[in-house]
Amino acid sequence: MCLAIPGKILDVQDDATDVGGKVATVDFQGSQIEASLAMTPEAGPGDWVLIHAGFAITQLDEDEARETFESLRIALGEDTTQATEASENTESEL
Amino acid sequence: MSQTPKQLAADIAAACEGRKIRIMEICGTHTVSLFRTGARSMLPEGLKLVSGPGCPVCVTSQAWIDLACDLAARDEVTIVTYGDMVRVPGTAASLETLRARGADVRIVYSARDALAIARETPGRQVVFLAVGFETTAPATAATVLAARAAGLENFTILPGHKFVMPAMAALLADPDIPIDGFLCPGHVSVVLGTGAYEPIARDYHRPCVVAGFELENMLAGIAAIAAQVAAGAARVENVYTAVVRPEGNPAARALIEKVFQPGDDLWRALGNIPASGMALRDEFGDVDAMARFNLTMGSDVHPPGCRCGEVIQGKLTPAECRLFATTCTPQRPVGPCMVSSEGTCAAWFRYNRRGQAASQSRPTP
Ligand code: SF4
Repeated sequence: MCLAIPGKILDVQDDATDVGGKVATVDFQGSQIEASLAMTPEAGPGDWVLIHAGFAITQLDEDEARETFESLRIALGEDTTQATEASENTESEL
Repeated sequence: MSQTPKQLAADIAAACEGRKIRIMEICGTHTVSLFRTGARSMLPEGLKLVSGPGCPVCVTSQAWIDLACDLAARDEVTIVTYGDMVRVPGTAASLETLRARGADVRIVYSARDALAIARETPGRQVVFLAVGFETTAPATAATVLAARAAGLENFTILPGHKFVMPAMAALLADPDIPIDGFLCPGHVSVVLGTGAYEPIARDYHRPCVVAGFELENMLAGIAAIAAQVAAGAARVENVYTAVVRPEGNPAARALIEKVFQPGDDLWRALGNIPASGMALRDEFGDVDAMARFNLTMGSDVHPPGCRCGEVIQGKLTPAECRLFATTCTPQRPVGPCMVSSEGTCAAWFRYNRRGQAASQSRPTP
């Protein structure tokens, strides 16, 4: 439930329906997911963030992000692929 | 300089020399990762890992599940939820069985999706099942604020978010639950910050170490706890410094504080814990499904024979439950600990079905 995945912000759009007013397109291992920046207002294109349930919950530096991804892959094995697929289908067990 | 897993295991063994150490991992993702990475099999005889109340699905009371089912059974209601919740058996049904009978139950990845559904179906009452700890609660808070800003009148939440810290304190107050230290959750701590654990270290004299989910990182966390126990110390340490900061994420906490206030909450088996739940603030009363649908929380009953309550308090291992891997399997779960992929029973079923002690269980690498 509390699992979060690291991704890189490709692009930020204004979104009046979001509390923070900004929604990012985030690359997670080649697939793109949308995330609100309400909790990381300073994050912008090129920044790495940790995504949980459609929200960026913290900013990461790039080395940290790689390490985190590596550890998640080891920790969860095939489940990270599932997480990606799940976010694409907007269905997940996070 | 970072140590290899082997060196860390040797450090842990040295700290356990001549004593028994019981460490509780709070986070369900830790429970799974400790098995999967083989970390458990590297631990010495004297060190026991017990799982705590860190799987949001598992700590949710049956009475609350029954409320969700009550709502799902209503014609005008659409239930929007994270996936794990649908299979948790309530007293009479689960959301999944109700869905099979025609209830409108939708599984989403984000609370934001719930808002989109409310916008697209103005004629229906959309209820979001708000479960999870501090990692997940800010997302719900942001969604409630967005619903308010958009003037969406058909959106409510069933409040079920919980604070981790009061549950840790409640466990420590129970003399039957010996815990020497806590392996603190990585992603909850992103929001809380390491500072949040200071009262546990200070007032209860238990080491609290925040760790990530990688083999080395979890072993480093366990080694840090073991070293503190051996030295009679009780400090907060952070071995997940790449991700978790001392101050956590104040913006995320501000979202929680804006929308929620601490209230009494019913936890599975732990019972009512004061100020452990996130109740909606009075000014958000109109977003509360409890009020909109006139719901009252029933009493908490448990599936006959299920020992989930003791499992999430670290009093019992899943293998000690008579239903484990016989009547109760991930395909046909009896209790929530077998439903969630992060549930302790599901993790044991997958990695340690024969229920060996931590030090003897050797998953194939
Ligand atoms: S094995 Fe099944 S019945 Fe037993 S405690 Fe776990 S979830 Fe409950």
